[in-house]
Amino acid sequence: MSHSSTPKLAVWKFASCDGCQLSLLDCEDELLAISEKLEIAHFLEASRLQIAGPYDLSLVEGSITTAQDLEKIQKIRQQSKYLVCIGACATSGGIQALRNFQDVKEFSSAVYAKPHYIETLKTSTSIASHVLVDFELQGCPINKKQLIEVILAFLQQRQPNIPSYSVCVECKQAGKVCVMVASGTPCLGPVTHAGCGAVCPAYHRGCYACYGPMESPNTQALSRRWQDLGASRKDLVRVFRTFNAYANDFHKISEFHEKKEK
Amino acid sequence: MTAFSIDRSELDSLFQALKKRGYEVVGPTLQDQAIVYDYIESSAELPVGMSDEQEAGSYRLKKRSDGALFAYAVGPHAWKKFLHPSHQRLWTVKKQKGDLQFISEKPNSIRYAFIGVRACDIAAMQVQDKVFLSGTEKNYFYKELRENTFIVGVNCSHAVSTCFCTSMQTGPKLLSGFDLSLTELIENERHIFLLKCGSKKGEEVLQELSYDQAKPAEQEAAQKLIENTSQQINKNLDVSNIQELFYQNYEHSHWEDVAERCLSCANCTMVCPTCFCTTVEDVSDLSGDHSERWQKWDSCFSLDFSYTHGTGPRRSSIKSRYRQWLTHKLATWIDQFGSSGCVGCGRCITWCPVGIDLTQEVAALRGIQK
Ligand code: SF4
Ligand code: SF4
Ligand code: SF4
Repeated sequence: MSHSSTPKLAVWKFASCDGCQLSLLDCEDELLAISEKLEIAHFLEASRLQIAGPYDLSLVEGSITTAQDLEKIQKIRQQSKYLVCIGACATSGGIQALRNFQDVKEFSSAVYAKPHYIETLKTSTSIASHVLVDFELQGCPINKKQLIEVILAFLQQRQPNIPSYSVCVECKQAGKVCVMVASGTPCLGPVTHAGCGAVCPAYHRGCYACYGPMESPNTQALSRRWQDLGASRKDLVRVFRTFNAYANDFHKISEFHEKKEK
Repeated sequence: MTAFSIDRSELDSLFQALKKRGYEVVGPTLQDQAIVYDYIESSAELPVGMSDEQEAGSYRLKKRSDGALFAYAVGPHAWKKFLHPSHQRLWTVKKQKGDLQFISEKPNSIRYAFIGVRACDIAAMQVQDKVFLSGTEKNYFYKELRENTFIVGVNCSHAVSTCFCTSMQTGPKLLSGFDLSLTELIENERHIFLLKCGSKKGEEVLQELSYDQAKPAEQEAAQKLIENTSQQINKNLDVSNIQELFYQNYEHSHWEDVAERCLSCANCTMVCPTCFCTTVEDVSDLSGDHSERWQKWDSCFSLDFSYTHGTGPRRSSIKSRYRQWLTHKLATWIDQFGSSGCVGCGRCITWCPVGIDLTQEVAALRGIQK
């Protein structure tokens, strides 16, 4: 099959667990159809084949944590017509951004026998903190249906249908009973970006905010509610410092609670 | 309206009679620590001996010892879940030999029988009727479902702290809009229902049940029960000059105050039985020759809802979104549809995760501290 007019897709990895790329491999039924519409030019998780750029669509997973990453992401941007970030690492720095709140030197000497071998930046940051990105698909990991929607939207040159309202909207549309109201279980759904389909509330648990901040999160108001339900400042610091700890809104609120705690 | 009485055991005959007529029976049932609306097979699936306690931001089930079937207030689901579902395909388009073929979606021909519809919720359906059926363009998905629905109403015997139907003059007594109405009476080891017919369809179904003429004492007991419920309601929404109140207070400092508390999570609009707003989404498949347009519930609390091309979201602040919601619900709705958009069911108060209470917000706008 000739690929001359087929758009070229590249999938890139930075600091991450590979889970989001795996979502693409997970699209078993659709992957074949995708590979007919897009030439998979670079996707090391799936194939050793590496076709040189430029690329029409780059999917970027992972956060920027080393000096090499900094250079590499610039090159990828230059070679990509569209650059889409996938997952919490790429959109907010990921769980590894917890280092941003600590001294990296200090804990690398505690963890590694020869810490001088470790060459790393002080922070783990999102792709958008370094280059212009065309779209961010949030989630830890991303939802594979949403990934297909983003790829389709790119192929058909339209806006992706990825609502940025709260998890509550999905929770209610699915007819679930609110765990916060009906059992006093603290839930992060009201400040969290939709996308998971409210999986946790469906299993009677509060939302953990895997999908990061929603479009206009009122983290202060939700924190007050959590406190009424018995959460301490420490608890609040912890729940906002998970997979999306360095996302702007979560970062700000966890620092706020940390200061108050002291 | 003549009143009849049926024994509690006859409720299952009612279910059977409805099923025989081709209705899907839907009613209150226990799920995930709340009373929701779902498909039910028999009266045993109703929340037997269950009641509830509700406050702003809180809902708790409570057991009762009398085996009552309807002794609770409305829960998190509204009947719009069936009549105006959260996801509805509108049309499909297929590419065939270069031509586009449009196929419009047929309305759903399912026939529902709703069991235990409260007065405020019948009022809510009447509000949605105005929204969907009164203009020149009728929503034929809604129309078909609504016209085919059989309504078994129930008079409320228990109100919670979030109810304020009395302020909105929608309840707790059923006045119209039902095919059959029930009042549950449990006295001296007797568990019966007082029954009235509100339509021809209702009268026909009644003929399949074994019933008696209601005794004057039973009618009196039913009347008392409803009066009692009215008296349990102490939440109040002052609706006098409500339009002027809103139109003169677009810039009231209180909007900032609510915005500090509001999460813009949209729960209030999702649970409200009259909120009807939707968005459309075009979905397509990889082949590129099949696409569908879907209607999905949306909310004035979402940013995209007020997105206009070239200028972005018109209501970017939470303040402007809450103000829009409340102003529409209580004031501009009257201009638009001739009635309030609120029926006083209290759902938005109970199911707001931070317990924002619209009646208190209105009182604050009026300068009254509650
Ligand atoms: S359970 Fe959580 S996500 Fe669902 S409505 Fe309640 S607060 Fe929102
Ligand atoms: S605004 Fe609130 S109280 Fe009024 S009908 Fe809607 S949910 Fe019920
Ligand atoms: S009023 Fe309550 S339920 Fe409605 S958007 Fe605000 S926080 Fe959410």
